[in-house]
Amino acid sequence: MLSEFDKAILNAVQGEFPLESRPFAVLAERLHTDETTLIARLTELKRDGYLRRLGAYFDSDALGYKGTLIALYVSPDKFASVIEAINRYDGITHNYEREGEYNLWFTLQTASESQRQIILDEIHGLPGVERMLELRSAKKYKVRVQFRLD
Amino acid sequence: MLGEKERKIVRALADGIPFVPRPYAALAEKAGMEEEEFLSRLKDLKTRGILRRVGAVLQHRRAGFSANALCIWNVPEGRLDGVGAAVSREPSVSHCYSRERAPEWPYNFYAMIHAHSREACESIADRISAENGLGERKTFYSVREWKKAAMRYFCEKQEI
Repeated sequence: MLSEFDKAILNAVQGEFPLESRPFAVLAERLHTDETTLIARLTELKRDGYLRRLGAYFDSDALGYKGTLIALYVSPDKFASVIEAINRYDGITHNYEREGEYNLWFTLQTASESQRQIILDEIHGLPGVERMLELRSAKKYKVRVQFRLD
Repeated sequence: MLGEKERKIVRALADGIPFVPRPYAALAEKAGMEEEEFLSRLKDLKTRGILRRVGAVLQHRRAGFSANALCIWNVPEGRLDGVGAAVSREPSVSHCYSRERAPEWPYNFYAMIHAHSREACESIADRISAENGLGERKTFYSVREWKKAAMRYFCEKQEI
C-alpha cells in the first residue's frame, strides 16, 4: 500500500523535475524530507512497480520524428507471434491489446517517411494480421500524463 | 534542428534520470560535457519547447487506474480545436489527439480516459460526449499492455 508520504512523492515527481544540480534535494525540501530519504524511497517505488520512469520527454515533432497510431485486427491464434515481431521495433513504443474490432493498437515514431513505410509493410505482411488501420496524428491537444493520487 | 551537442544530450537521456544526488552530472559525463553546460543546454531546449518536461511517469495500473479506454469520435473539422481544448482540460484524460481519417474509418478525434472502474470510465466518456455535443463513440478498453517504452531518439544507426 502507498503511504501518504509515497503519494506526495509520486504527485511531486510527476510535476516538473528541477533542472538544477541537486534536483532531489530541491524536491526533498518541498516534501519536508531530505535528499537521501527521497532517493531511497523513489528507488523502492520504482522497484515495486509504482514508478515507471523518471525521464526527459521531448516533443517528437521538434526532433524531426513523425508519429502514427496503428490499429490491427490479429487472429487470436497468431497473437503471440505478432506481438513479438512488433515489439522488436525501437520506434514502436506503446503496444496495447484492446477489446473490439481492432484488438492490437500501437504507436510508431520514425525519422523518415520511407522508414515508416518499410516497417508498416513488414507488419502488414505478418501472418495473422487481418486488418490494419493507419491513423496519422494531425494535432496533439494533450500529451501530459499525470495521475493524481489522493 | 538540433546541433550535435544537443543530440548527445537527447541520447544521454534515453535511459532516464538516474537516482543519484547529481543526476545531471552523471548524464553530462555520458554526453561528454560538463554538468553546467549540460544543464544550461537542457534549459535552453525547454525554453524552445523541444523538451516538453522532465518528470516521472507512473505505472498507472499499479497505482489503481485499472480501467483505461481509448475513446474515439468523429468531430467536424471546424470544431476540432474547441473540442480538443475542452477535452484536454479533463483530469481523467491523459492523451488527446486529432488524427487523419482512413477510408473505412470516419473517426478523427481520440482521447485516452483513465479511471478506477469501467463504470467510472463510461460515465466520464458519456459526460464528455454530452458536454461537447459529440456523436457516436467508439471505445476500446485496454486488456493488456505489451509494450510501453520511452522513445530512444537519434539511436537508429548510432556509430559506436
